[in-house]
Amino acid sequence: MTEHHIKPYGDTLDDGIVQLAFTLPVENSAKASKAAEAYVSMLNFTDVHVVHAEKIADNFTYFVVYAKAIPSLDYAKVQVPTAQYEHMEFYEINALIADQLHRRITVIGATIGHDAHTVGIDAIMNMKGYNQDYGLERYPELMAINLGAQVPCETLIQQAIEHHADAILVSQTVTQKSSHVHNFTELVELLEAEKLRDRFILIAGGPKISNEFAIELGYDAGFGPRTVPSQVASFIVTRLLQKQEHKGGNKT
Amino acid sequence: MPHIPLNVDQVSRVKNLAKQIADQVRDCIADYSTLSVERTVLRLFGVDGVDQNGTPLANRIVDLCVKHGDIGSGISTLFTQALLHSGKDSQQTAELISNGSLDLAKLPAIPPEKIEHKLHELTSTAIAKLDNSKRIKAEKIARIPLPPQPWRYLIVATGDIYEDRTQAQSAVYAGADIVAVIRSTAQSLLDYVPYGPTTEGFGGTYATQANFRIMREALDAESEDQGRYVRLVNYASGLCMPEIAACAAIENLDMLLNDSMYGILFRDINMQRTFVDQHFSRLICARSDIIINTGEDNYLTTSDAIENAHTVTASQLINEAMAKNSRLTDDLLGLGHAFEINPEIENALLYELAHAQLARELFPNAPLKYMPPTKYKSTDVFYSHCMDTLFNLASVTTQQGIHLNGMPTEAIHTPLMQDRYQSLISVNYIFNSAKSLGDEIEFKADGFIVRRAQQVLNETEQLLNDIQQCGLMDAITQGIFADIKRPRDGGKGADGVFKKGPDYANPIMDQLEASA
Repeated sequence: MTEHHIKPYGDTLDDGIVQLAFTLPVENSAKASKAAEAYVSMLNFTDVHVVHAEKIADNFTYFVVYAKAIPSLDYAKVQVPTAQYEHMEFYEINALIADQLHRRITVIGATIGHDAHTVGIDAIMNMKGYNQDYGLERYPELMAINLGAQVPCETLIQQAIEHHADAILVSQTVTQKSSHVHNFTELVELLEAEKLRDRFILIAGGPKISNEFAIELGYDAGFGPRTVPSQVASFIVTRLLQKQEHKGGNKT
Repeated sequence: MPHIPLNVDQVSRVKNLAKQIADQVRDCIADYSTLSVERTVLRLFGVDGVDQNGTPLANRIVDLCVKHGDIGSGISTLFTQALLHSGKDSQQTAELISNGSLDLAKLPAIPPEKIEHKLHELTSTAIAKLDNSKRIKAEKIARIPLPPQPWRYLIVATGDIYEDRTQAQSAVYAGADIVAVIRSTAQSLLDYVPYGPTTEGFGGTYATQANFRIMREALDAESEDQGRYVRLVNYASGLCMPEIAACAAIENLDMLLNDSMYGILFRDINMQRTFVDQHFSRLICARSDIIINTGEDNYLTTSDAIENAHTVTASQLINEAMAKNSRLTDDLLGLGHAFEINPEIENALLYELAHAQLARELFPNAPLKYMPPTKYKSTDVFYSHCMDTLFNLASVTTQQGIHLNGMPTEAIHTPLMQDRYQSLISVNYIFNSAKSLGDEIEFKADGFIVRRAQQVLNETEQLLNDIQQCGLMDAITQGIFADIKRPRDGGKGADGVFKKGPDYANPIMDQLEASA
């Protein structure tokens, strides 16, 4: 593979320009700005310019800093697992389910743990959807069950079994003290303990979720901010078709 | 003030419909009380603290009353009887009942007139606490003036009350007029009020009387330093609405989030429980001069902000009518709404102005609570900051009362200290540079904004007509608000509702209802 070295871009290739903003717990003074500059130098930047320093509370100063990054990175060596699916639209997805799966798909969703935020799960599941993209409830070929917020993992699993769900969507918005990691992990562990993990397509969602992170936690996929319902639906259908192919053996 | 000429007959029609809807609810709940209401009575009588298991004494005693006595008569008379028998004060009597030295089931008979006399004394002391809270706040405001509206409302949510205090101090330094301490997300479902200072919780820390006191003291000091009175907010929602209202009054809080339907819709709390608890909590707010903040913004995060604008207006009208039935005056009604229209929609700002101005026209004397964009906030913090700037402009132009500052990092995390600072410099800039813009504007009579406001009002009138026909409780079972359906007898906390017996007494409630 040919090497492809990159650095941050300001206005000239490989200038390495980066903007930073942060707060230090000291009073604003010439010494404080010098400290900000010294600190950014310690992070392996050169040409450090503290362009703005402002007192934002007693003993706290906010800085905006521009600096040049030193290292470069071989882009050819970067690997990222993305959810393998083609993004289809509403009609295409429904047609695919009707033609190839010959049955309605059931998707169950919830915000688990103490987290009371339904904004994520609602954006994907509610009829209205998000950003002009219909929610899963609107799909004639999908049965979408939204259990809402503060659902215990046990309840979610029990409901998923009862409704013969094909996919489970789990949302977490609160990330304080890594509560989302704890909750996501708890669900996977419960499913594995009950030997149910392979029965469902398990999907994580939330503002701090990436696909890579979700896979690391044992999920099939993860969807972060700005995800629209048709992306999630596309993934579910693609994965179900793959499962069907596996079961049906080689259909050449 | 920019003006939308509304049909005065139509305005009085919608207000009248809302009044009828509120009166129907009042009649439905009149024969019921809740365990939370009874615990509130004990707290106002002076019962505080927890037993060796960490259970609040107010819970212990009401639970014992349910077990051994007749809760249908309410706690007031029985507790007074126990107090007379013990010869001690409320707190000591509560401790004796809790540790088993005093058995509620075996109290000796005491002449009714003696009980009545003592109960009257306890009630007067309780009411005096609420009056005292009102007086203390009025004195502070007389000495350190209130800033002009819109008041800048900032949130702290570190999950640790002491860290929250540091964050609050920085927010006040940067210009906050109001500080809200976010509760732990699970608290609305706790059927008791946690005790003591807390340094844990998810998405916030617990609402406790001790936490209220810690933050009030810090803000009092900041108010003196900055020369403007900084208000403190917490949440009276969930299963302990009236108890939290009582704790807030005792600690001189200025505002409480307190919506007529929020708990039912978004926390699946039983309807009857919510309406009974809410009435008592609002009576306490009215007497102690606490501004309520209603939660209509929540409808728009789950439903579409254009399609469902009329549900916000209808809910505001119902909240207003129910609040008036609980003696709240216009100056205490922080009726809610939000800037939540998809920013990609053409003329989104015109829709927002129409909705905000309609609220301003319908409730000219209420300090309207205006919530920032959240649903379409981007993880591009710079774009999010632009969205907030437009929100700030809409707020100052339509002269809103309580302005919840949007955060550039809304879509990412609970605010960092520097996020609050960034938010406030934008608000300060816009509020100052567009201060009198609203006074200069008259909207075109047949223009987009006036026509849109009229359309929302027409849809509101239609919706209120429908709700009035079936009653609010049935309307909720049909999913009229936020597309969420809740059954009449379902939901959490239903087992804490009880029918008042023939001997039921709650003189605190009676006196609060009687006061003008």
